[in-house]
Amino acid sequence: MSIIEVTNLTKFYGKSRGIVDVSFSEEEGEIFGFIGPNGAGKSTTIRLLLSLIHPTSGSAKVFGKDVVTHGPEIRRDIGYLPSEVFYYEGMKVIELLKYSASFYGKDCTERLHELSEYMELELNRRISDLSYGNKKKVGIVQGLLHSPKLLFLDEPTSGLDPLMQRKFFDLIRKENARGVTVFFSSHILGEVQRLCNRVGIIREGKIVEISDIRTLQQNNYKKVNVTADGLNPATFDLPGVNNLQTEDGTLHFFFKGDINAVLQKISTIQVADVTIEEPTLEEIFMHYYE
Amino acid sequence: MNANIYRHEFRIRLKSVIIWSLALTFLIAFYFAMFPVFADQAALMNELLAKYPPELRAAFGMDNMDLSTVLGFYSFIFMFVQLCLAIQAGNYGFGLVSIEESELTADFLLSKPVSRAQVLTSKLLAALTSLTLTNLVVWVSSFVAIALFRGEHEYEPGTLILLLLSIVIFQLFFLSVGLVISLLVKRVRSVTPYALGLGFGSYVLSAFSGVFGAVALELITPFKHLDAASIVKHAAYDTPLVLLNVAVTLVALAVSYWLYIRRDIPAVS
Repeated sequence: MSIIEVTNLTKFYGKSRGIVDVSFSEEEGEIFGFIGPNGAGKSTTIRLLLSLIHPTSGSAKVFGKDVVTHGPEIRRDIGYLPSEVFYYEGMKVIELLKYSASFYGKDCTERLHELSEYMELELNRRISDLSYGNKKKVGIVQGLLHSPKLLFLDEPTSGLDPLMQRKFFDLIRKENARGVTVFFSSHILGEVQRLCNRVGIIREGKIVEISDIRTLQQNNYKKVNVTADGLNPATFDLPGVNNLQTEDGTLHFFFKGDINAVLQKISTIQVADVTIEEPTLEEIFMHYYE
Repeated sequence: MNANIYRHEFRIRLKSVIIWSLALTFLIAFYFAMFPVFADQAALMNELLAKYPPELRAAFGMDNMDLSTVLGFYSFIFMFVQLCLAIQAGNYGFGLVSIEESELTADFLLSKPVSRAQVLTSKLLAALTSLTLTNLVVWVSSFVAIALFRGEHEYEPGTLILLLLSIVIFQLFFLSVGLVISLLVKRVRSVTPYALGLGFGSYVLSAFSGVFGAVALELITPFKHLDAASIVKHAAYDTPLVLLNVAVTLVALAVSYWLYIRRDIPAVS
């Protein structure tokens, strides 16, 4: 069963676009990366799945239930870490966490302390006295303390120092190993690459690609560099060639398709150097954004 | 109803309830302490009032008041009590869901496993509890102040009770109208100006309706629906106006639920 199933989901805020015709699904136990620049519709998608906002058209199911009609039931097993964390300023950390735990009808005390200790969170400080990074830690503990089956992480690492980021990733991996499904939204590709099995790329409210992270890197594109004297860029004017650039007698391009076609072309010329490599996710990403 | 939200909401308002209650106690006690003077000089006082233009007397609702009687004098104070209660209730109504949205804690609350209807019901009940506490304090301070300062003057406790019973209707009106307005406008940035506007606005409307004797204005302001001087004078409510008031409250509540359940919670922007 798919944990998340989104079908033609569309959201307009009045006339301005949120997301348009977004469809994807996430299987149990997956870590699904959702990448795109700011304003692409990542948060809108998550907020729709949490029924903080209502779809203009299309539908979304979480745990097989419609998010509009079964919101409270679904949210019992969801943990959510928003991109910007805001909590009741007058409360102490421990009070907020206990308030949060009180909604789930089970004893979360032990886990609360376990997580806070792990994230090095001081429980007796006031929320209003916390730095942004520390508020983020409150968010992490708050999102995990009721042992949810599905985690929504919306740009979770902003504000955390690299050490904490690593701890956080380890934590997410541990949760995932216990069977927790993770929906991870980010605009930082490195972290998506480190953590996710599959990615969806969203741009201007539309999904442009959904694929296995390995497929995305291996099968789709090769980055080809050819160095030779008297190179004519027209030689490589093949279907599947992208981003052809010449620089100091070296030709760079991305290629998608049967690599033999390129090899045949290369064999017709006298080359000084050839490299064919995997593009980084960054480069693939740039490609989608042109 | 969700007990956690209820408790949380009640706690948030506790300080405000205490401040309002103290303020109202002082208001009632200090004003009513002047009653003996007014009562002794009743003839002089009524003579003085008669010299004021009738419009001015009407604006303060004094055309129906006999300041020399316990309840006549009390109904004069009660107008200011009503004004305070209106601002307090309006304040809670406007802030009920808008504060969570402007301070961006709505995301936290609404991503919990509770329905919007549950959230709103818990919040409304918590606010109503807070208002009822203030209400009780008004009851107690009114009875105590009257017992302390009425001297030899008699009064009809039944009428006073009738007057005090109107408070809850009055509070519910401002709570629910405040709430529905906060849901109709796009974003409430600051609650107090709205609450003051609604409270003073309806008070001024009521004063004007006294001046012009216009019927239309009477219909829209709760200060006229539950006019203290008229309740004391007739020892009864003006039933059609009270029913109108309750109807507005109920419609405002129903519309609030309808809007809140469908509301898109604004994100950080």
